[in-house]
Amino acid sequence: MVDPEIRVITIDELGILRAVEEDPASGRVTVTITPTYTGCPAMDVIRADIRRALAVAGHTDAEVRTVFSPPWSTDWISDGGRAKLAAAGIAPPAPVPAAGVVSLTLAVRCPQCGSPETEQVSRFGSTACKALWRCRSCSEPFDHLKAL
Amino acid sequence: MNGPFDFTLGLGDDALIAAQRLAEWTTRAPEMEEDVALANIALDQLGAARLLLSYAGELEGAGRDEDALAYLRDDREFRNALLVELPNGDFAVTMAKLFFLAAYQLPLYAALAGCADERLAAIGAKARKESAYHLDHGALWVKRLGDGTEESHRRMQAAVDQVWPYTHELFAADPTAPVDPATLRPAFDETVGAVLAEATLTLPGSGWAPAGGRTGVHTEHLAFLLAEMQVLHRAHPGAHW
Repeated sequence: MVDPEIRVITIDELGILRAVEEDPASGRVTVTITPTYTGCPAMDVIRADIRRALAVAGHTDAEVRTVFSPPWSTDWISDGGRAKLAAAGIAPPAPVPAAGVVSLTLAVRCPQCGSPETEQVSRFGSTACKALWRCRSCSEPFDHLKAL
Repeated sequence: MNGPFDFTLGLGDDALIAAQRLAEWTTRAPEMEEDVALANIALDQLGAARLLLSYAGELEGAGRDEDALAYLRDDREFRNALLVELPNGDFAVTMAKLFFLAAYQLPLYAALAGCADERLAAIGAKARKESAYHLDHGALWVKRLGDGTEESHRRMQAAVDQVWPYTHELFAADPTAPVDPATLRPAFDETVGAVLAEATLTLPGSGWAPAGGRTGVHTEHLAFLLAEMQVLHRAHPGAHW
């Protein structure tokens, strides 16, 4: 199932799908998800999409749980997910520093031409998880998924 | 202050009222990138507010959910600090408010992440990451305006002078709370000192420290904000998206 806001990556690749469990006795499915950002407005749509997909597969009584701990990190985005982001023109996040302090990445490669000559236009972008960047080599603007 | 309910309600109200004030900038920020930035920060604050108010409702045990707490209380029942309800003023005042709030919320959420209450710890661990970006953004503007032109410096200094007295309330000691706000003061002072020095700004010398928000005694500004925020829910009880 693709993410409703970044429609090139699945919720599994994005790391917000935490678990899918089926009760062996009743066959009831429980799906556990976690938001990227606390205020992510896509959560309701994601929950509805999961319920719909499971209903189509015959699980009409599926439960979708939302958890906040441990907090989502961009480190949970899979390698395959990172490649899909880059292919869609969204620069993938750098690894989160281990110290726990969020520091901003200084060099982000342009997903269009690969140049490291880029600059941040705004640290907040079209969705809560993205920042807006611009390439000084090819002049193209692009989204960058912020390390979190 | 008495215990986890009032503490959680206070933090939830801080985030909710800050979100509402920041959202007032939507479509009218000085530049489009800033419009998007302030809306994003407002959304983060709203996300934290929803988690905190939902939990406060559970702690209270009177059947009030996040909506009941946000939309069906009057100003005297709100527990937010006065800082967040102050009008936006010019852009410098908004940035002073954002910077001081984030410099407080970041160590607050970091401390919550290590507290004994599991729910508050989860909320703190989540929100601290977002707060780090808010602090970065507020600090960037404080420096840019403070160390900018003569006019931007004058306005940023005036904003700091105006807003600073309201920061003291954030650190009123409460030894019974899951995190005693007084313990957050050194980290806050360190952040503020470093950023203001770089911004060529100074703190006002006055010791005036208005307070009352945590006990429900607010400025006249809060009731107007609530009237706008609550009108739809009160006119159409039970309305939802």
